[in-house]
Amino acid sequence: MRIGVITFPGSLDDRDAQRAIRLAGAEPVALWHGSHDLDGVDALVLPGGFSYGDYLRCGAIASFSPIMAEVIDAADKGMPVLGICNGFQMLAEAHLLDGGLVRNDHGNFVCRDQVLAVENTSTAWSNLFRQGQQITIPLKNGEGGFIASAETVNRLEGDGRVVFRYVDVNPNGSINDIAGITNERGNVVGLMPHPEHAVEEGFGPDTALAMRNGTDGLTFFASVIEQALVR
Amino acid sequence: MPTIVVEVMPKAELLDPQGKAVAAALARLGKTDFASVRIGKRFEITVDEVTDAVLDEVRELAESMLSNSVIEDVVNISVAEPEGHVFVAGSVAAGETH
Repeated sequence: MRIGVITFPGSLDDRDAQRAIRLAGAEPVALWHGSHDLDGVDALVLPGGFSYGDYLRCGAIASFSPIMAEVIDAADKGMPVLGICNGFQMLAEAHLLDGGLVRNDHGNFVCRDQVLAVENTSTAWSNLFRQGQQITIPLKNGEGGFIASAETVNRLEGDGRVVFRYVDVNPNGSINDIAGITNERGNVVGLMPHPEHAVEEGFGPDTALAMRNGTDGLTFFASVIEQALVR
Repeated sequence: MPTIVVEVMPKAELLDPQGKAVAAALARLGKTDFASVRIGKRFEITVDEVTDAVLDEVRELAESMLSNSVIEDVVNISVAEPEGHVFVAGSVAAGETH
C-alpha cells in the first residue's frame, strides 16, 4: 500500500508521518502542495505544522493549494484521508470536515502527552482500536479548540462521528472535549493530537511500563492498511 | 488607487483569547474604563477601479476565503477614498453583525 504525505510550505511533521507509515508497513510517498498529481497513492496524510505561518487562519491558505483540488476529489470518491493538527485545520477549511479550529481558550501553546478515548472504530483510520479504548499520543498546538454550531455538534454526536475525545484534561477548550472527527463516509478523519509521534518505542510518550515507549499512534496507520487489505 | 476594505471579526459568541489577553493587560495598567476588547482583521484590497463586478467578487471572496463562517463574521465591506471612508450601501454580509 502506498500512502501519500503532502508537504506544504511550513509543514513540520511530514517526515515523521512518512516514518510512521513505513513503520506500520506501508510505503510513504512524498507529495508536493503545488502539484496536481497524487502519484496513484491509496491514501493520504495531511501532516502537522504551520503552513503559511498560520496566516489568514490556520490551514486556510494551504486549503487553497493546487493539490487540494485532487485531495477533495479523492476524498469524495472514498480515499482515506487523515489530517493531523494543521492537516485537520486544512480539512476543516476545505469543508471536508465539519466545524473549525480556534485559538486555545487559555491563550497558550500546549504540548503534552494526551489521553484520548476512541469512540468510533469504523473509520478508515481507527478500525483496529477497541471501542472505548484509551490511548496516549502527543498533542501540541496553539489553535486546537474545536468549535461548531450547536446543530453541527448535535449531528456529529448523534451520528457517532466524534472519533476521538480528550480524557481527563480538555487541553484547548474544544466543545464536548472533541479531539477528532470523521466525515459521514468515515474515510476522512481529522484530529489535533499527533499519532505519528507515537509509533516507535524509545521515541513516544511515557507509559506505565517505561519512559517514551508509547506506540498507540501506530494503530492509525495499521488501520488504514488493514482496511485496504480486507477491501 | 482605490482600496476596498473588508473587516472580519470573530463571532460574538466565541471567546476571543487575543482580545481577552489585551483586556487583561489594560486592567493590569490600571485602565479600568474598558470593559472588554475584541480583535478582528482588516483587509485592504487595492484595485485599479471599483466596479460593481469587482465589489461582487470581493463580497464573494470575503465569505469564501477572507473569512470562515464557522468562526467569523464579515462585519463590513467599504471603499476607502482619499478623503475618508465612503461606505457602500448594502455591502455588509448577511447574518449577524457586531
